Amino acid sequence: METILLFAPLVGALVCGFGWRMLGEDVATYISTALLFLTATLSWVVFLTYHGPDAHVITLFKWVESGSLSTDWAIRIDRLTAIMLVVITTVSSLVHLYSIGYMAHDENFPKGASYRPRFFAYLSFFTFAMLMLVTADNLLQLFFGWEGVGVASYLLIGFYYRKPSANAAAIKAFVVNRVGDFGFSLGIFALFMLSDSINFAQILDPHNAESLSHQTFHFLNWEMNALEVITFLLFVGAMGKSAQLLLHTWLPDAMEGPTPVSALIHAATMVTAGVFMMSRMAPLLEYATFTPDFIVFIGASTAFFAATIGLVQNDIKRVIAYSTCSQLGYMFVAVGIGAYPVAMFHLFTHAFFKAMLFLGAGSVITAMHHEQDMRRYGGLRKKIPLTYGAMMIGTLAITGVGIPLTSIGFAGFISKDAIIESAYAAGAGVAQYGFIMLVIAALFTSFYSWRLIFMTFFGKPRGDKHAHDHAHESPLTMLIPLGVLAFGAVFSGMIWLPEFFGHHMEEWFGVATYFNHETNNVMHDAHNVPTWVKTAPFWAMLIGFVTAWYFYIVNTNAPKVLAQSQRHLHAFLLNKWYFDELYDFIFVNPAKWLGRFLWKKGDGSVIDGTINGITMGIIPWFTKLAGRAQSGYLFHYAFWMFVGMAAIITWFAIGGAH
Amino acid sequence: MDNLLSVVTFLPMLGAAVLLVFLRGDGEFEQRNAKLVALLATSLTFVVSIAIYTEFDPSDAGFQLVEEYKWIAGLTYKVGIDGISVLFVLLTTFLMPIVILACWGVSHRVKEYMVMFLILESLMIAVFCALDLVLFYVVFEAGLIPMFLIVGIWGGKDRVYAAFKFFLYTLLGSVLMLVAMLVMWYDAGTTDIPTLMNHQFAHEDFTLLGITVVGGLQTMLFLAFFASFAVKMPMWPVHTWLPDAHVQAPTAGSVVLAAILLKMGGYGFLRFSLPMFPVGTEVLSTFVMTLSVIAIIYTSLVALMQEDMKKLIAYSSVAHMGFVTMGIFAANKQGVDGAIFQMISHGFISGALFLGVGVIYDRMHTREIDAYGGLVMRMPVYALVFMFFTMANVGLPGTSGFVGEFLTLVGAFQANTWIAFGATTGVILSAGYALWLYRRVVFGDLIKASLMTITDMNSREKLMMAPLVFFTLLLGIYPALVLDLIGPSVDVLIENYDTATMGMADAMPAKATH
Repeated sequence: METILLFAPLVGALVCGFGWRMLGEDVATYISTALLFLTATLSWVVFLTYHGPDAHVITLFKWVESGSLSTDWAIRIDRLTAIMLVVITTVSSLVHLYSIGYMAHDENFPKGASYRPRFFAYLSFFTFAMLMLVTADNLLQLFFGWEGVGVASYLLIGFYYRKPSANAAAIKAFVVNRVGDFGFSLGIFALFMLSDSINFAQILDPHNAESLSHQTFHFLNWEMNALEVITFLLFVGAMGKSAQLLLHTWLPDAMEGPTPVSALIHAATMVTAGVFMMSRMAPLLEYATFTPDFIVFIGASTAFFAATIGLVQNDIKRVIAYSTCSQLGYMFVAVGIGAYPVAMFHLFTHAFFKAMLFLGAGSVITAMHHEQDMRRYGGLRKKIPLTYGAMMIGTLAITGVGIPLTSIGFAGFISKDAIIESAYAAGAGVAQYGFIMLVIAALFTSFYSWRLIFMTFFGKPRGDKHAHDHAHESPLTMLIPLGVLAFGAVFSGMIWLPEFFGHHMEEWFGVATYFNHETNNVMHDAHNVPTWVKTAPFWAMLIGFVTAWYFYIVNTNAPKVLAQSQRHLHAFLLNKWYFDELYDFIFVNPAKWLGRFLWKKGDGSVIDGTINGITMGIIPWFTKLAGRAQSGYLFHYAFWMFVGMAAIITWFAIGGAH
Repeated sequence: MDNLLSVVTFLPMLGAAVLLVFLRGDGEFEQRNAKLVALLATSLTFVVSIAIYTEFDPSDAGFQLVEEYKWIAGLTYKVGIDGISVLFVLLTTFLMPIVILACWGVSHRVKEYMVMFLILESLMIAVFCALDLVLFYVVFEAGLIPMFLIVGIWGGKDRVYAAFKFFLYTLLGSVLMLVAMLVMWYDAGTTDIPTLMNHQFAHEDFTLLGITVVGGLQTMLFLAFFASFAVKMPMWPVHTWLPDAHVQAPTAGSVVLAAILLKMGGYGFLRFSLPMFPVGTEVLSTFVMTLSVIAIIYTSLVALMQEDMKKLIAYSSVAHMGFVTMGIFAANKQGVDGAIFQMISHGFISGALFLGVGVIYDRMHTREIDAYGGLVMRMPVYALVFMFFTMANVGLPGTSGFVGEFLTLVGAFQANTWIAFGATTGVILSAGYALWLYRRVVFGDLIKASLMTITDMNSREKLMMAPLVFFTLLLGIYPALVLDLIGPSVDVLIENYDTATMGMADAMPAKATH
């Protein structure tokens, strides 16, 4: 069953990619969608029937084997995998279904072009790679999936290959991710060198983690703690894939891809791979001290930083993209403080409501003839009521609406509050910074999310009159996925609270996570935080809502006035803290300059200059010597080479006779 | 078959002889026949060479299928293969029919062209099989001649300059190697390679002109061989002949050059340097690894800015060969396994990339990147194949490019973390130049008038690419096909190396013991 689950999307990708000429476009896309629904069904079966505590491993065949390095292709099922399976396949199957409607007519391609099978092939291939990632039983297979999803992401961001901006965004996504992979790879090398294995069974053994924490090794010029270095390097990989601060720049640009792609890859699944990977490495993190703090710091800073940018963006997809970036920061805070199940909980609920927000945005964009600027929206709630309803549910979920001090609320309310409470419970130091940042970010989240709703669905229609007049509700294939996801956005928090953040947590997770109870009792303490902490996110949400309501409903002039009075701050946020400009200045342009310099000066002047100088000195001498041979005809040179060779052999032979 | 290796070695030469003796005239019909004879000869060679694979016993680390005959003037003809060489022989025989297919469009002096490739194939196979020092030297150097002529006669407009640069570079290195071989023969009294591999060359330090030579004679011999192999690899800073040679060489010449000839340097290190001069190797391993890392970063940056497709891929080749030398001189199991794997894999990938450039060069007669753009709209199959090999070139897991890169880095990390750190930046840069190339050539809008009628790959071109795609994927998913074959020989190589250098452990930076 697990094997079918894993390979069905690959079959779908191949059928779509190579079989569509035979089967026809429609049939090929239907087959891949059907296979995805099969995979999703099987995933839910696995999720509901898996009983720990042990991991269930199926070995397929060996992969890279060299000396003591030994890795297999394998399918590992444990609680972490099971959670990821349902997240990936549910969202993916719904996105496949949605894409049948969304991709039906695309103005980026000439009439009659067959772009749909290619799109579905990429989507299915992505799903396969993502499943390989989460079912890996060693770091190398995980890396296979990791890079596989990277390629799928690259292909899908650049799907509109005629657009220069899409091509640039695709390359940027791949290269920035490779920067993360640079750290990730070094982490794998270090782990192998010090543990003599990269298989989970060995490296995630708490004894191994503990012994690594007592070792130092010579890394670059310094003698460093082995475990801290390894976990830090692995986290750099996670930062790339999950678009955390410093390596986040690719994610907003990735919105160049078609919207279903943004929902699947850049919201629900691929970008959460970093959170998954670090949760998988829990036993290592449990014995490290510096790296978890660093993770909290980066996560909290990202949550805050991305939310500030989200406040002022005007492109509907970019707002949601920064929102994703920010929510991933929440998850990393949970990982850093050792509340891995809580991180997975938010990953789980976030997948539903964020995928829904993106698909809802896609529905709005379709309705508005591919207009993405929210300044040209307004008053759409009557035109597209079902989409409006879905977006409302998504917003209620992401902003964390619920009844304080109870466990009744939208999915985001349950899981986000769990993170904030855990951060408070984790105590002083960087966790406190995390707590404060997350509460502020919650306020901002509420503001920009409601801002999006108000600008899009309320007020008077702005922008192109024609587009507004012809705005229409999306077809059923696009609305059904919204409905299913809405169900998840409302109930997934409440239903699975006991398993992720309650009494059943430890037995439910089994071996999939590990707590070093000597130092880490955050999951327990989180339930005993003061009331003001428990209500803090609620108040933050409320303030954000009221402010947005005032700015975009009551006094619609206020945003303009504020932006003008704080021009520099506004420009700073609008330009995304100038990270792109900074990176161009310190990395991209110098690399290009250096490349040209080394080529023209290094290879050209220095190396060739020297060699040509020498040969120009020698060759005339040679030619004078061999004046007769200088006929300029190449065969003659070859002949003389042969004569030379013969002379050498003869000399050797005579020498041999001695 | 007792003389399997000789049969495989001389079959192409036989084909060349047939062409020379029986084919007369230069009409269209004769040209076609020449190509067909060459294709037949290379294909037959490949089929026969499959027997090498089946006869080869992977559990035996020693030399197999050994043949030894007296040759002229007291010299010996001795051939044999072990785990390290067997795959290079197979790579050569596998690629040559594809190379001949790549020549199908040539119409200038076709017979001679085919003869050159057939002679070249025999010489290349002989390099990988030779078990006698003199035989090795002769075929190693003689291989230069056909390649020199291929570039110089059938090449582009600056072909003579490129051919001479290629020739002078490689010849200068060889002179030193010849001197070293003479010294070895005086010292050991034999030219038999298996015997030399067990011979201990002196490694006591001595002083020459006031400079203390650590590792003594071994270091000197090492350096002499290094001069030759480093040029062949090519290593930084003696790599500048390669981009010029590639740019001027015809497509088929580039494929042979990148896919097979470059591997002779790496093979030489593994056959001579490590087993015969372990102490010399150990003394200079950090130096060589440093050069490798410089090569990876330097040439990747240079590749980023290239305007000529072939030059870009040539620089990329130098970077990939940097991983090979780094792995070899890490001198541990993963490093050497990875280096051999990388060489085989690079044979497929770089070969395919040069063929890919050839496909559009044949149509447009330019290699300028700027002359292209938006090819995907008219050449979907080409776009797919080129994407596949671009990804393989950047070392995507699941393609053979990944396994070699990964293993060499694992090996290097154990030897020296700085080296691995620097080399790993190569994975970022390679993604940069490869994807940027792809974007400029294949993606974008099709607006250039000259490209409006370009046609997709024809069946011959698909036939050339298909086996390369297949093997790149197969080895990426099931690398054991290679790793199991080379494993025992590499184990022995590493074991001997470690034994020989054990005493030096104190003097050297700590090496991991895996």
